[in-house]
Amino acid sequence: MTIRTRQGRIRSRARLAAAALAAVAVIALPVDAAAAPTPSPSASTVARAGTSFRTAVLVSPGQSIQVDASTGDYLYWSFTATAGQIIEISLSIALPPAEKRSGPSTWTVDVFDGMRRRQACTAGAQTPIAAVTDAKTALGCTLRRIRSWAEPWSDDPLPGTYYVRLSVIDLPENDLGLPTRVNALVSATDGGTSADDGDLHAALVPPAKPGKAASGAGPADPSASPSPSPDEGIAAFNWLPGLSARWVWTIIGGILAAVAGVVGFSLTWRRRRHI
Amino acid sequence: MLFAVIAKRWLTVILLGFSILPTIAPGPAFAEEPEPNEPPKVELVLDVSGSMRANDIGGRSRISVAQQAFNEVVDALPDETQLGIRVLGATYQGKDKAEGCKDTQQIVPVGRVDRTAAKAAIATLRPTGFTPVGLALRAAAQDLGTGGSTRRIVLITDGEDTCAPPDPCDVARELAAQGMHLVVDTLGLAPDENVRRQLLCIAAATGGSYASAQTPEELTGRIKQLVDRTKEANILPPAIVAGGAECAQAPLLSPGVYTDREKISEHRWYRVPIHKDQELRASVSIALDRPVNRDYGVLLRAVTADGRELVRTANAGSGRTDVLSTGVRWSAASATVTTTDICLVISNSFASAAQANSGPGMPFELTIDVVAASPAPNAPGLGRGWLLLLVLTVAGLLTGAIAGWLTRWWVATWRTN
Repeated sequence: MTIRTRQGRIRSRARLAAAALAAVAVIALPVDAAAAPTPSPSASTVARAGTSFRTAVLVSPGQSIQVDASTGDYLYWSFTATAGQIIEISLSIALPPAEKRSGPSTWTVDVFDGMRRRQACTAGAQTPIAAVTDAKTALGCTLRRIRSWAEPWSDDPLPGTYYVRLSVIDLPENDLGLPTRVNALVSATDGGTSADDGDLHAALVPPAKPGKAASGAGPADPSASPSPSPDEGIAAFNWLPGLSARWVWTIIGGILAAVAGVVGFSLTWRRRRHI
Repeated sequence: MLFAVIAKRWLTVILLGFSILPTIAPGPAFAEEPEPNEPPKVELVLDVSGSMRANDIGGRSRISVAQQAFNEVVDALPDETQLGIRVLGATYQGKDKAEGCKDTQQIVPVGRVDRTAAKAAIATLRPTGFTPVGLALRAAAQDLGTGGSTRRIVLITDGEDTCAPPDPCDVARELAAQGMHLVVDTLGLAPDENVRRQLLCIAAATGGSYASAQTPEELTGRIKQLVDRTKEANILPPAIVAGGAECAQAPLLSPGVYTDREKISEHRWYRVPIHKDQELRASVSIALDRPVNRDYGVLLRAVTADGRELVRTANAGSGRTDVLSTGVRWSAASATVTTTDICLVISNSFASAAQANSGPGMPFELTIDVVAASPAPNAPGLGRGWLLLLVLTVAGLLTGAIAGWLTRWWVATWRTN
């Protein structure tokens, strides 16, 4: 009788522990289920495009873009990306009527980061060729996951401003200047930042103000660009990693392990019963 | 029992903690500060030469279509837009070319548009004289003045310039070279090869666009698009700077946007003072304002004052494009000096016919930024992620269970003994 009760109790505890583990496992499931890029219903449509990096029209991910333009125009949009995002850009171009065109046209979408470095596309038709008979053509570009930090010498995508440029790189000269309509959408999915360490102290946002040049060969003016005060740690503790989310994760992991150890121990041990 | 309850509570607390955790991590904030600035200005330059009489736009004359388009644009104009209208070839009816080629007037001064007056002025236009495009462009540039804002000229014409010299394309290059931050958008009303060539050349020289309009709707739509584009051009123009031929003579730059020109195969040098805990960010966009050979490239290098190269980036391309860009980031990995001048050199590998390289060089935009350096993160040593928690928990559970069974076994053995 006692044995059976004890077994029942052990079973219920085992169920509790299993449920807890299952809960952890459910939470741990990756949430980056790839969603198809669709414009968010609340965002307003952007009907403009810039014509250079500095006049690029700012759009937010999920906002749909619809612009009337001419073949041969260089159209610029910019958007802001944060660490962990995977940016997908899709464009669709309604080409001018086929009878006005005389040959195939090659379209391209280029993506630049805040420092105007061209970014690689991991997927998408970046440079499609539209035949004379085509009524429309589609372009796409998926960027690499935005890193939270990268060495200055690398060109990994970093948080900050990004530019999208749509242009025609090759077409018969007669076909320039014909009316087209461009539909575009920038969408962002969360790819997570758990693989990254370090962070960028200043996002790649280009300065907008005109600069001031000094022609003299004199010494550099240190007040022109004040340096931030360096946070000097105590030398003896330099080997310790700085404060970061990893500390939190690790400490919680330790606590969990300790709790799980106690639970595991109590599962096997007969409790003293008060009669 | 008590223990199980405590364990249960702890689990709840920890699980709750997990669900909160991801929301704690703050995202970087991007400051967008609007610039107080004078409103952008735009001037429409309309060709009213004799050829505008031709009835080839949907059975209507070119001039009537243009007049209708202008009226619609004036009606749809936002109140804050500063718009002017200039015409060419509108008044002189004679045959004297010298006289006819001076024929350009501003019919609506640049400013907030008085709609009634503007429409009345448009209605009186009759196709008349010659086509002095070059002269009209020069005059339009003067109309727009030399303020700090971006200025746009929309040139609408149906025929080639009949008054060269000055060649309109040379005039456009000359205006661009004066650093006036002037963009000329062109609209061709006749599908003529020479007109298109000329307008494409004007557009390329100033960073503008070309479009052809063969129906009234196309013309109205395009003018509206172009007037609309001045809205986002509400930015301060870059500072004009002249790079040195070598590092020692190079100008010192502070963070900001600059513009300069460089001939094919020329090198331009600049210096930027950098502290040891700062990061240099420089980007360059060189504009293809003239016909160049099919393949091209741009190279941006950062070197020390004594000539040691620190970092370089290059970008190359081929085919039709407006600008070619690249950028470098650099921060001292281990700095011994506190402040040092970094030299930046911009070079290009464009190629073109010899005459295209005479006169002013190709314009480029240089952006300099100096920000706090982002040092390399130290080796982790610590863990992160849900998997880590799961592994630790399972390991803890197993250890606890094994310890429990061992203790039971030991107690049982001890009791029997």
